[in-house]
Amino acid sequence: MPVPDDLLGAVVRGATPIGLAAIGELVVERSGVINIGLEGAISVGAVVATVAAAAAGPAAGLLAGAGAGLALSLVFGLFVTRLRAQQVIAGTAISMLGLGIAATMHRSLLAGTDDVHVPTLPSFPVPGFDRLPLIGSAFFDQPVPTYVLYLIVPLVAGMLYRTVAGVALRAVGESPLAARGAGRDPQRIQIAAITFGGMLAGLAGATLVVAQAGVFADGISAGRGFIAIAVVALGGWTVRGVVAGSLLFGAVSATQYLVQSYGSGVPYNLLLAMPYVVTLVALAALRGAQAAPAALGRAIEGPP
Amino acid sequence: MTSGLPRVRGTAAAVFFASIALVAVCIWAAGYDASRAGSAAWNAAFGSPFAFFSGTLKRATPLLTLGIAISVAFRAGVLNIGADGQFLAGAAASVAVALTFSSWPRMVLLPMELLVGACAGAAWAGGAAVLKRRYAVGEVVSTLLLNFVATNLIGYLVRGPLQEPSHSYPQTPQIAPAGRLPILLPGQRLHWGFVIAVAVAIGAWWFFQRTAAGFRMRVVGASPSVAYSAGLIDVGAVQARALIASGAIAGLAGCCEVAGVTYGLYEGLSPGYGYTAIAVALLGGLGAGGVVVSALLFGALAAGADGMQRDAGIPPEFASIAAAMMILGMLIASTVQRARGAAPAPIRSDAGS
Repeated sequence: MPVPDDLLGAVVRGATPIGLAAIGELVVERSGVINIGLEGAISVGAVVATVAAAAAGPAAGLLAGAGAGLALSLVFGLFVTRLRAQQVIAGTAISMLGLGIAATMHRSLLAGTDDVHVPTLPSFPVPGFDRLPLIGSAFFDQPVPTYVLYLIVPLVAGMLYRTVAGVALRAVGESPLAARGAGRDPQRIQIAAITFGGMLAGLAGATLVVAQAGVFADGISAGRGFIAIAVVALGGWTVRGVVAGSLLFGAVSATQYLVQSYGSGVPYNLLLAMPYVVTLVALAALRGAQAAPAALGRAIEGPP
Repeated sequence: MTSGLPRVRGTAAAVFFASIALVAVCIWAAGYDASRAGSAAWNAAFGSPFAFFSGTLKRATPLLTLGIAISVAFRAGVLNIGADGQFLAGAAASVAVALTFSSWPRMVLLPMELLVGACAGAAWAGGAAVLKRRYAVGEVVSTLLLNFVATNLIGYLVRGPLQEPSHSYPQTPQIAPAGRLPILLPGQRLHWGFVIAVAVAIGAWWFFQRTAAGFRMRVVGASPSVAYSAGLIDVGAVQARALIASGAIAGLAGCCEVAGVTYGLYEGLSPGYGYTAIAVALLGGLGAGGVVVSALLFGALAAGADGMQRDAGIPPEFASIAAAMMILGMLIASTVQRARGAAPAPIRSDAGS
């Protein structure tokens, strides 16, 4: 079977929003917090990006989407740190809230009978790199958010492993009490991580609209927030693993389009279920949560 | 525990009405006619016997059963976020049975639908239980992902093997009258699923208050380490059983919805019932009686949201925003109670996950 030229490009396109959300969630989880509300942040990011892009262009859309994801996650952050709320339940509520806000804004601001189509960001070939054999056009002829991801991955890796702040953040994820004993403020570190992760989730949502679909649709995030959380576990809570997991998801979604366009007779809805099934199977194969941060999901004990 | 209940009830009521008020302000701020919306909601929920029985109580039925399903899991410290998928699995299996054996008499067909629906829900949750026990995959992620698998599976069924004969609409044919739950009151749309839901609630109360297995589940939910140290309880097995039981109840809810209300399967059968049910369960304090009351309130909210959409053009998603605010409100309230040492254990921050 001939592989279409753009297959690898489709992998990168599929991996970009997941990668953005997952690398953000990686930072959050390394600080000991699991943010199920990611799905809501992606949805709110997508809808706000649509509104902003319709008014002021795609770049404004990206910024506004990131800001919206940050704002919603800040609410989550205050609940799980200041109130020490159960993280999964607070996250579920934030997801519901985000999805509800996105659907309401979609109905009241964007949709009449026609959906609002916004200008999308063009692909931007990186001079020199886009001519690399095999991977050049796939990896280096993409819209800007993909390059943002390329920048953020090494920055996050460097921050986590090579800076004092990164060590402190990982210490909070393993033992908040020890981190506090060493003079760090676990709650502040977690809030910072959560807002960073929320910003990237909002950017991921904005990417779906402003760099890919060009239009907001209900359910546009389609569980990507939950898949991103699974990708973090799949990647063993490492930057490298998260990148690999995001590419795996990109490959699955590219395969989905490929199989569909070849008219293989596999029912469309079963193809749609594929990313979720592959994620579950991969999690099972890698034995789930083996290297999870020790304090993941637990509120910090003792007086604040 | 008992002495804390009136305060929990008062808190829950305060959270419920504060959230409604907050959403009303949002509706007003979004430029809708709030007073018209309010009267539309009231009329649709309580305005007439038809509104109450065919709106509020009918809408409360799946939320009550699902709220009990969530409570069973949460009380054992299992975070089942996948009631939606288990609901859909139960609904799909029941419709498949009803369509396949449509000529069978009601006395055989209906019980079989209910049984198969519950088993399908249990199997769907069982997948997550196996993933947790054998493959160390947390139930939060697995149940969430299985929701999306179920949604797409329904999409496949209603376009493929179970599609109606003309193949023009993505839905199944209507199930035969023998496969439908009878109407409870003449002239209304309330069906026997409501009785089943109340029976499930009573059963859950009896199970948790009167049986050893129920006590074990509560101990595990209250403190897995105490349960483990006590030495008599296999924490993992108890939690797996709770998850599967929770799935069975959710599957039963799905069966009652298709056999009592829709008489068929289509995409969007569940507008996020499984997530709303988390709010129902938390607001009800995870107890059977509390969940009955909170399901009735949420039924009124859902019926009211229907009415607001119909008569005042207000997006129905405001209802799910309200549900989300209620969960957050209960988390705030439980923080306050924890400070006084009276928070219900299963939603304490160190339980579960």
